[in-house]
Formats: sequence, structure tokens, C-alpha cells
Amino acid sequence: MILDSKIPDGPLEKKWDTHRFNLKLVNPSNKRKYHIIVVGTGLAGSSAAASLAELGYRVTSFCYHESPRRAHSIAAQGGINAPKNYPNDNDSVWRLFYDTIKGGDFRAREANVYRLAQVSGSIIDQCVAQGVPFAREYGGLLDNRSFGGAQVSRTFYARGQTGQQLLLGAYSALSRQIHKGQVKFYDRRDMMDLVVVDGQARGVVVRNMVNGELETYIGDAVILATGGYGNVFYLSTNAKQSNATAIWRAHKKGAFFANPCFTQIHPTCIPLASEHQSKLTLMSESLRNDGRIWVPKQKGDKRNPNDIPMEERDYYLERLYPSFGNLVPRDVASRRAKEVCDQGRGVGPTGLAVYLDFADAIQRNGKAWVEEKYGNLFDMYQRITGENAYQTPMRIYPAVHYTMGGLWVDYNLMSTIPGMFVLGEANFSDHGANRLGASALMQGLADGYFVIPYTIGDYLAAHKFKPVKEDQKEFTEAKKAITDKTERLMAIRGNRTVDDFHKELGKIMWEYVGMARNEKGLKKAMTMIADLRKQFWSDVKVPGKANDLNPELEKAHRVADFMELGEAIARDALHREESCGCHLREEHQTEENEAKRNDKKFAYVAAWEFNGVGKAPKLHKEELKFENVHLAQRSYK
Amino acid sequence: MGTLTNIYRSSVGKKFVVALTGLFLCTFLVEHLAGNFLLFVNDGGASFNEYSETLSHNVIIRTIEIVLFLAFFFHILTATTLWWRNRKARPDSYAQNQKSANSTLASRISFLTGSIVFIFLVIHLRTFFVPSRFFPSENPSMYTLVVFAFSNGWYCLFYLVALVLLGYHLRHGFQSAFQTFGIRGKNYQSLIEWIGVIFWLLIPLGFATMPIYFFWTTHFGG
Amino acid sequence: MNFTLKAWRQKDKNSEGQFATYTATNITPDMSFLEMLDAVNHDLVEKNQEPIAFDHDCREGICGSCGMFIKGRAHGPQKGGAACQLHMRSFVDGDLITVEPFRAKAFPVIKDLIVDRTAFDRIMQAGGFVSVNTGGVPDANAIPVPKTIADEAFNAAACIGCGACVAACKNASATLFVAAKVSQLALLPQGQAERQQRVEAMLAQMDKEGFGSCSNTYACEAECPKEISVTNIARMNREYLKAALG
Repeated sequence: MILDSKIPDGPLEKKWDTHRFNLKLVNPSNKRKYHIIVVGTGLAGSSAAASLAELGYRVTSFCYHESPRRAHSIAAQGGINAPKNYPNDNDSVWRLFYDTIKGGDFRAREANVYRLAQVSGSIIDQCVAQGVPFAREYGGLLDNRSFGGAQVSRTFYARGQTGQQLLLGAYSALSRQIHKGQVKFYDRRDMMDLVVVDGQARGVVVRNMVNGELETYIGDAVILATGGYGNVFYLSTNAKQSNATAIWRAHKKGAFFANPCFTQIHPTCIPLASEHQSKLTLMSESLRNDGRIWVPKQKGDKRNPNDIPMEERDYYLERLYPSFGNLVPRDVASRRAKEVCDQGRGVGPTGLAVYLDFADAIQRNGKAWVEEKYGNLFDMYQRITGENAYQTPMRIYPAVHYTMGGLWVDYNLMSTIPGMFVLGEANFSDHGANRLGASALMQGLADGYFVIPYTIGDYLAAHKFKPVKEDQKEFTEAKKAITDKTERLMAIRGNRTVDDFHKELGKIMWEYVGMARNEKGLKKAMTMIADLRKQFWSDVKVPGKANDLNPELEKAHRVADFMELGEAIARDALHREESCGCHLREEHQTEENEAKRNDKKFAYVAAWEFNGVGKAPKLHKEELKFENVHLAQRSYK
Repeated sequence: MGTLTNIYRSSVGKKFVVALTGLFLCTFLVEHLAGNFLLFVNDGGASFNEYSETLSHNVIIRTIEIVLFLAFFFHILTATTLWWRNRKARPDSYAQNQKSANSTLASRISFLTGSIVFIFLVIHLRTFFVPSRFFPSENPSMYTLVVFAFSNGWYCLFYLVALVLLGYHLRHGFQSAFQTFGIRGKNYQSLIEWIGVIFWLLIPLGFATMPIYFFWTTHFGG
Repeated sequence: MNFTLKAWRQKDKNSEGQFATYTATNITPDMSFLEMLDAVNHDLVEKNQEPIAFDHDCREGICGSCGMFIKGRAHGPQKGGAACQLHMRSFVDGDLITVEPFRAKAFPVIKDLIVDRTAFDRIMQAGGFVSVNTGGVPDANAIPVPKTIADEAFNAAACIGCGACVAACKNASATLFVAAKVSQLALLPQGQAERQQRVEAMLAQMDKEGFGSCSNTYACEAECPKEISVTNIARMNREYLKAALG
């Protein structure tokens, strides 16, 4: 199979417009004849479901939460990018495109990234019209702030709760369509499998999480907007129940998985305090605007940070990158933090942390100013650590945050399974090997509001749909397979809890497939994961019943998938013999320990075709063509 | 009229009724107290009796009296309806509930205080209003009724307890009515609270002077 | 630290529930309340017993999933935070901790500590939106909004829909929840067109769901993890009065 990205011809600036014109349309009165399934209600899922329903399609929407509003997009803090150039600091669509493609270390498609930059302005307009209370200047106009990886201020924000406000906007649009009956919404449903009929995605099997029953739903197209897979690492900034089951099972049904090793480690998280910790908490990267990152110059300096004089502090990001300073991209900031900690200069009780200091900002602008801008983050920090960051510097450490990899999609956001579209973090599309801050919200909403409503019409108009029934074999077989898997899981009655296995998997992933990777470690990880998977299937303990609300069973299904996905990540990382963005292979570094790409060999998307559990998947390559940007060594100096 | 019944049907509409009637009853309290202070005029009750005579015969007063009764009626009926509905909104109660951590006692027992004040009101009317209004020829003057009633220690005690509860009821109710009407702002919030003090503290205190004074003068005084 | 946990166990919506007592041992002060529950559940699973079911997800106080009544308080004994942000350092070693579900007719218990709060969604569906379709909207800076107004709208919009207001209210009223959304959209120019219908529709749905009414105890504000002010309730009442009479 040759991967066809369907990138339109013509100059970069014209591609999307040309493509839109060439897309087939569905007549307004015919739209109601099509039924679209949308799984997930985060930014991408809610915006897609609402927008498609507004156009007249019949939409069925699912989420595993009790309410669409609880999807993890809600936790995004910092903001959303758009090159409106409101601050008059010379921003443009081209600059956002360039920053994003460079930030992703030249491992994303030019055409996708350019389109993202193009539609991002409309997202802000849309959200404002919905009543999203963005931060404003005293004159009443919208305020912008700067973010990592950019030298302009293009980030729109709503205090430290931008994701929440944007999601509530999309949720309100979705609610309106539910009220109209245009969207049928089902809560507390876990997607268990995709149903493919005659090569087309035609439905899903979901588990009703309240009574454990398996339900099937039919559609003419299926949209997965189910988020990323960061929870493979157990500890991450993802929500506890964020999972990869929907995309992984679609992968097993034939959708290619692209660049699984591109996992982002976010630099500004609250450090791990104890073994019992169930998740890590991110603090917005926007803190890097005014906070200064440092460690003591001396190894093992256990003095109170306020007692360490200026000349004995190493503001290492400012020292290494004078022009970007503390605002280098996330991958660089994370790696440098790991480096100074590995040198023994880490701070805090574990030595796995660096300081993020606001003393200068407080001195310059006053405490009230800092409070106004970051108050909720300081409160959050205090709540978790019990420390007052106005008086003593915050301690931060990198944590798994976002996955750039995901299901492979073409320019229309369709996967390799016809009729199955993948939006938001669940797809691999726009961020290359590293995502810049405030770009995830942008991508999720771009996909949902402004891309899928056009591209799905083209698919629907171009294809014929045979009537299918829930009792035909594709559906009954899919259901049976899930029932069998559930029974298998419950029959093991082993000795270890699902969480035990998950934690162990996470440790392997963090140790060998985390911030810095090497061949030996990756190979070791693959063996360890395969072993752990075997143990899991012979020794896991799942109490309760299948036909009941059973959180342990839910977790067991998810962890079973993580066990396979973890290996895929390691395999992809092993095959990519270069460093790029968040993927750092220790064998491939510049003399200054920066990621060293190998554009000759690896300027491609690695799309993996599933071949069976424990078997090597087949690699397909989509070559990345760079016609508009010069492939340069990233420099933030 | 359709609009009004629709408003009354909604829970917020009912709250408006409770608030509106409540505030009206507050104005009545002021008038009632002011009039009652005539009890202290040192003329053997002549001024007070004259005042209460006027109340019984003046056409305007008699009309307002009907409004007053309607206000009482709707205040009590609506509050009771809301209370009943609110009870049904939580059929199972908590095993442990630290209510004092999040609200004042006065705000939580407003229905209870109101109910006891209502019982007081019935007895109060039976003691003073009914005899003087409906059986004036069979009864002595209002002043004599007052002196007689307050010579009874138990009656005075009941009266005082009821006044304390009235204070509690007003402590919550007065400012609550403004909140219900959406009258809340940082510029005048403290003003509402200060006026509130007059109602929940000074008015019950004012009324309390009467049983205390008459009980004292009957038993220990002059 | 060690604790005695008295937790509500209820098989499903139709069953009767009761309290069961567990011990939580080797708990550290930096663990969150939910992590303490994780530890208790881990022990239960090891003993082949069903763990205590509770709703949770983001565990950073924003998704609004984790509503429960801890030691007689919605989200437990802390100000301005959800149960996931409550740390065990807020308790005294050896404490007896009662944990039970949010109780309201409109929030039926699904299992153990999990309640069904979809009534909130139906209230939102009744009118908690601005009727704009995707596309065809004016430029974001076309309508200036004074900063003070935008900030006030944000304060109302910060609601996470956790239901603590209902849980703490003696009347199980959802007034603060409704008021927060009504306020946000009444303050902003974008919400003006549907201002009247919105407040009426949302309040009607609130009544229909079986929530109680507001008696101004302000317990909601005190227990709200986002500290949403009851000023919003006053504003909503004003909106309703204007809508009903206008």
C-alpha cells in the first residue's frame, strides 16, 4: 500500500483554497441522510459534532465521561495561537507556519501546518462569538501573550483556564445541537472497537460503562477524536482515564499508526513527590514568560534557594540560548532540565527538579501584577506542594504531556480505513516531532470547526453506502471478540492489580523510552514490555463482574492496549536513527547536545501497519517534502 | 395575568413573592412598633386606645389591612410550598453534614423561625386583634388588654422568645429579599446590611420593651 | 498516617446503600484524597473485593468529575478546591473520615460514590449557549468588551460543573450553577440576543429536574471549588425579573 497524503498541488498559500474548491459537496437536503459517529467530546470531538450537526448531518456522539464537558481538553491552561497580529509585532500566517514547522523539527507536512496557521484566526473569531471570555486589554480588545518557540505574542488566553473556556464554548455549541435533536449523545460509553464493512468504517462497538452492556452503533462515517496516548507512561499530565483504546483498536483494524515515538515531555510540571502519586500536574508554560529557570552552580547545593546568591546560580537556559532564553521550545527546555539534574545540580528533596523563579518579576512589576497573570497557577502549586511560590521559587520537572504521534491521516484527516477520520491529538498530523505551546487547542479546534466539515462531505458524496444492520456478522463478530476479551481478562484471577502492571509499564517507558533514548535501552524496553504483557495476561486480577459498573475492568482493557502500544513506541524510537524534536537518540546529538536530525534518511512519516500482537508491524513511509522552508538545524540561540 | 401565574409557577417567581410580601411585612412592623410606642405615653392608655380605635375604623387602614392579610397569607403559603419542594429535592440526608462551615444558622432555620413566628402571630391576634375587632363591646380597651396580657409571666416569656426568633427570621430574611430581587452590589451591599440591623435587632428589641415594661410595672413597679 | 474510612457502598441506582468501614494505612500527607482512595481500593482488590467506585479524571481540579461529600463537606474540608486537590495533610492522623455521595433527587446515585449529574447537561442544553453556527462570525476584535466586564464574565464562566453547590445547599438547589452560566452570557455582548429566553429556559429546566430553590444560605459559594460568587445569583434573579416582566 502506498500512502497517499492527498496534499493538493500548487503554491502553499493556495493549497487549502484549491483543495476546498475541488472537494465534492453534499446537497443541503441530502445531509440529513448521512449519519456520522463522533467518538470523544474534547475540543476536536465537540467542535466536529456541533459543526457537522449545524450543517444538517445526523450525528451520534460518545464519551466515556458523564458529560461532554469533562474531556481532558478542559485542563489545557496556557492558550491558543493565532497570527492575528493584533499586537503589531510582525506576526503573519507565514510566521506561525514557520514557527510550527521549525518547532516540530521539520517532521510535519508543510501543507497541513500551513492550513492550520491559515484557519487559526477564524477559531478565535468563532470562540469569541460563542461567548468565550478571553483576556482583554483595558480598551476592550483582546490581549495576547507570548509562548515558547515564538518571538511574537500570538497566544490568546483566558487566565490559566483557556482549555476549559474553549471546551465549554464547543460544549455549548454541542449542547445546542443535542437540544435540537440533531446530535444524539451517549455518556459513559467506552469505545471498544471499530466496525469495518466492505472496507469502509461503518460503526462502533461501545461499552455502556454503567451496566457493562456492549452496544453497537451504525454510521456512514466514523470520527475518532479520542485524544493522545501519554498514559502509556502511567505518570503523565493526562487525565487518569485518558486512553488509547479507541485508536489502538482502530489500528488493529487496519488504520496505520504514525510516529508513535513522538511523545512530548513538558518542562513545567510539578515534580513527583512520592511513589503513590497517581498523576502529574502541569503548570502552564506561560509561566516561562516571567519566571526564570535556574539551578545552583554547585552540585548538591542544599541551601534554601533564597540564600543562594546571584553569582552562584546558573540560569542555564538564558546562558545557552541568549535570544530565546527561558522561552525555548518544550523539548529543549525539558532536555536541559534533565541534563542539569543528571549533573547532580537538581534541587528539592529528590534532586529531580529545577527552580522557576518569579522574584525578579515580582520586584519589577509587583506581586499584584504576577497574581493577576498567574494567580491560579500559584494557588495550584501551593495546594499541591504546600509551598508559597511568591516567597520561594517553584520547583518544576518535565513530565509526559502530549503525543504528537497518532493515527496516520491524509490531508482530509482520513485514516487508512476509508470513512474513518481522526481529529485532534488522536491523529499525527500537524506538530511533527515536537508541539509548540498553545498549538494543541488550535489544532483540535481547526480540525473540528474548519477542516472536517468540508472534507467529510467529499468522502460522503463520493461513496455509496450499502445499508448495514446491527445483526450482520461484522458487528456481531466485533461484539463477540470484545466479550471474549473481557471474559479472558476476568477469568485470569491472578495476583496483581491492573494498576501494578500499569505502573511497571510506566517505569519501563520512562526509563528507556522517555526523554533520552538509545539503542540498547530501547531493545531492552521492548523485551521487558513483551514479558510484562505476558505476565499481565496470566497474572492480572480483575474483580467484580463484566455486566456492571466496573472501573477495574475498564482499566484492564486500557492497560492491555497500552502494553501493545508501549512496544510500538519503543520500536518506532529504535528505528528512527536520528534525533528530532522530542525524540532524542543519545547516539545522534550535535556537539552542543542538541538533537541532530538525519534529513537524508528520516525526513518521512513512519506509518506502521499492525500485523498481530508481538509481531513486527510493517513500516510504510510517507516522504516529507519541504518546498517552502529550508531544512535547518534548529537554533534558539 | 398569564405572565404573573407563569412567574408564580417557577421557583424563582415564588421567591419573588416571598421576598416582596416579606419586605411589605417589614414596613408593617415599623408602623406597628411606632404605634405601639404610644403605650408608653403617660396618660393611662388614652392615646394608645385612641390610636387603636382609629385603626379599626379608618377606611384606608381597613383596606391596607386586607392587603396585609393577603401578604401574610401568600408569604406563608409560598414559603411553605418552597420548603416542601426543597425537602423533596433531597430525599436522603447526609450521614455527616457540617452545615455550620458554610452557612449561618439564621439562614438555615428560616422556615423554622418563620413557623414559630406564625404560631406566635395566631396567638397574638387571638389576644389582641380578635377581641378588639370582632367583639369590642364585650371587651375592655386595647390598653387594658395589653396590661392584662403582659402581667402574665409565661405569656411575656413566650412573647420574648418569639421576638428572638422573629429577629433571627429577619436577620436572614431582610437581606435575602434584596438578593432575591437582584439588588446586590459592592456600593450598597453594606447599606442593605446596616438597614438589616435595624430590622433584625432594633425592631424586635423595640417590641420587647413592651412586655418587659408592663410585666415590671405590674409586678414590681409603681 | 492512618485513617478509618467510612464509605458509602451502593450496588446500583435501584439498590439500597449502606456504609462500610475500611482502614487506610501508610498514607503520606502529600497524597491526595483520591490517591488515598486508590490505596484503599488497591488493598480491596488484593483481597478480591470490589473497590469503591468514584468519579475522577483530570485530578487537577478542572474537569469537575470528582464530586463527593467528605467529612460533611462537599469536596472536603478545604476552601476553593475539588476533592482531587484535597491532600491528606488537611486531616489529622487517625481521623475517622466519612465519605458519601452528593445527595440530591436530581443526582441519583449510580454506584457507591458516583452520582448522575447529567441534569446539569440538560440545563445547559435548554439555553446555556449562544446560537451561532460555525463560520460567518465577525472578527474577534469587532466588539470591544470592557476588561472589567470580561473579567466578571470569566469569574462566572470558571464553573466546573461539579455539583458541589447542589450538594452543599440544604435545598439541593442548582441555582449557583445556572446563575454562573446565565451571568457569563448576560454580561457579554455576544449573549444579548437570547438573554431573555436563556434565563427562563434554564430555570424552567432546573425546576423540572427536581432541584430545590435558593433560600440564600450561600452555602454554595462557600463550597464552590471555583469560589463562584452569589452575586451571580442576584444577577440572574434580575435577569429573570426583567425577562418575565419585559
